Amino acid sequence: MSLDNKLDTLYRQVIMDHYKNPRNRGEVDGETLKVDMNNPTCGDRIQLQMKVEDGKIAEAKFNGEGCSISLSSASMMTQAVKGLPVEDALRMSALFSDMMLGKEIDPAGLDLGDLEALQGVQKFPARIKCATLAWKAMEQGLEEEK
Amino acid sequence: MDIQEVRRQFPILDQEVNGHPLVYLDSAATSQKPRQVIEAVEDYYKRYNSNVHRGVHTLGSMATDGYEGAREKVRRFIHASSMEEIIFLRGTTTAINLVASSYGRANVGEGDEIVITPMEHHSNIIPWQQLAKATGAELKYIPLEEDGTISVEKARETITANTKIVSVMHVSNVLGTINPVKEITSIAHENGAVMVVDGAQSVPHMKVDVQDIGADFFAFSGHKMCAPTGIGVLYGKKKLLKEMEPVEFGGEMIDFVGLYDSTWKELPWKFEGGTPIIAGAVGLGAAIDFLEDIGLDNIEAHERKLARYALDQLKDKDGVTVYGPQDRAGIVTFNSDDVHPHDLATVLDSEGVAVRAGHHCAQPLMKWLDVTATARASFYLYNTEEDVDKFTASLQTAKEYFGDVFG
Repeated sequence: MSLDNKLDTLYRQVIMDHYKNPRNRGEVDGETLKVDMNNPTCGDRIQLQMKVEDGKIAEAKFNGEGCSISLSSASMMTQAVKGLPVEDALRMSALFSDMMLGKEIDPAGLDLGDLEALQGVQKFPARIKCATLAWKAMEQGLEEEK
Repeated sequence: MDIQEVRRQFPILDQEVNGHPLVYLDSAATSQKPRQVIEAVEDYYKRYNSNVHRGVHTLGSMATDGYEGAREKVRRFIHASSMEEIIFLRGTTTAINLVASSYGRANVGEGDEIVITPMEHHSNIIPWQQLAKATGAELKYIPLEEDGTISVEKARETITANTKIVSVMHVSNVLGTINPVKEITSIAHENGAVMVVDGAQSVPHMKVDVQDIGADFFAFSGHKMCAPTGIGVLYGKKKLLKEMEPVEFGGEMIDFVGLYDSTWKELPWKFEGGTPIIAGAVGLGAAIDFLEDIGLDNIEAHERKLARYALDQLKDKDGVTVYGPQDRAGIVTFNSDDVHPHDLATVLDSEGVAVRAGHHCAQPLMKWLDVTATARASFYLYNTEEDVDKFTASLQTAKEYFGDVFG
């Protein structure tokens, strides 16, 4: 395939892998924090379920419909925040937003893992909201829990 | 119609986007502007910018002539019987809201019905939802046929003696369906209801005669017909408009103002509160001149030919679903099995092809189609068969790119 490099920075293999084989897709049993969020301009939607125990995100799963960027971001987000203290998850969300805005970020002990693959989204302003949808859902769920 | 000559009038088309010549296939969202319109607006600001209807000075009367001259052009363009029936507003959304807030609040009550269709744009759904909630009226939908058309029979079954307002789009912004609004108007009138037509996707692309259709209200936007954003039109029958109360109050729309009571200007000005959209109206007048010069019949024939050409190409593509009827205006909405419409639009954009992806402000129609989003290519007078070729080639690229991933 000879698409230009800019496009390849958006659709990196790891993103396509999360899109094709989403991690943590499904529902969490028992009582959970539930957040439904959609992107009204394009119709993407996500249902996020989290279980918070002892100040940590013990479980996070999602269902939803959307493009490769929104679904792969949801997959990576659930993977990244599972097991994290709530404060760290919120800090990671802020880092992710900064990364989307093209700001220099300092992970300071947080493991971004696969998330760095989404860095290319910053070059596609129209797609940033796709990437941040799941994170906004996570933030809203944790805010409501407080 | 010399297409290359037409294209030369649109400065924006002469550029590269992401390293490729721009192929603009999003005119149903907003059209591009010819230099005649850009220059008319520039000329207004450079030579005779002034407020209207009040200046004794020369510029004031030039601006008034420009503004009211545009109203006469609109009247002639849609064949209204009088300039009093042409109200300048911000666009189709504002126009429909005016009808719902003014005519609707005064004439619709509990137990009455408002009839629309599931294919409407949000701007022709929500004002009626709000009116129904406020008045206790029932909002009813004419069910669609399987191919995304409206049958006159189903309209007849849905509209009853209790129906007070029927509101239907002339041409679907998603399916390209051309709706039988003239026939539906007759049915509405037989039942004592008024007919509202959303003409946002028809007026830019085909000859429209509001008296022939017979509708009581007809709304459209300038920016989809080569004019600037921020100017639109509500046509209404004089006898209805006369009885209706304004919804915006203030300067420009008053006759006498007392401490506790005021009276309104005559039609159409009583509905145009505040300093009007003067530059927008001047631009709309120039757009009408431009379109009439080329000929609406030529424009319609050209777009229909492009739609047929695109449909022919897409029907041979595996895994591509096209929504809507065969006989349609220049709008082609589709999905690809392999690629989500947002991803598709991004790949197309990387090759300079601008299409729309999303729900197209028609969420109930998306639900009816059983999809969350679609991609849409829409054509206007400046598009060519070569544009369609580039679009389908780019679509193939996207399918292969994502096909590799899922292969």
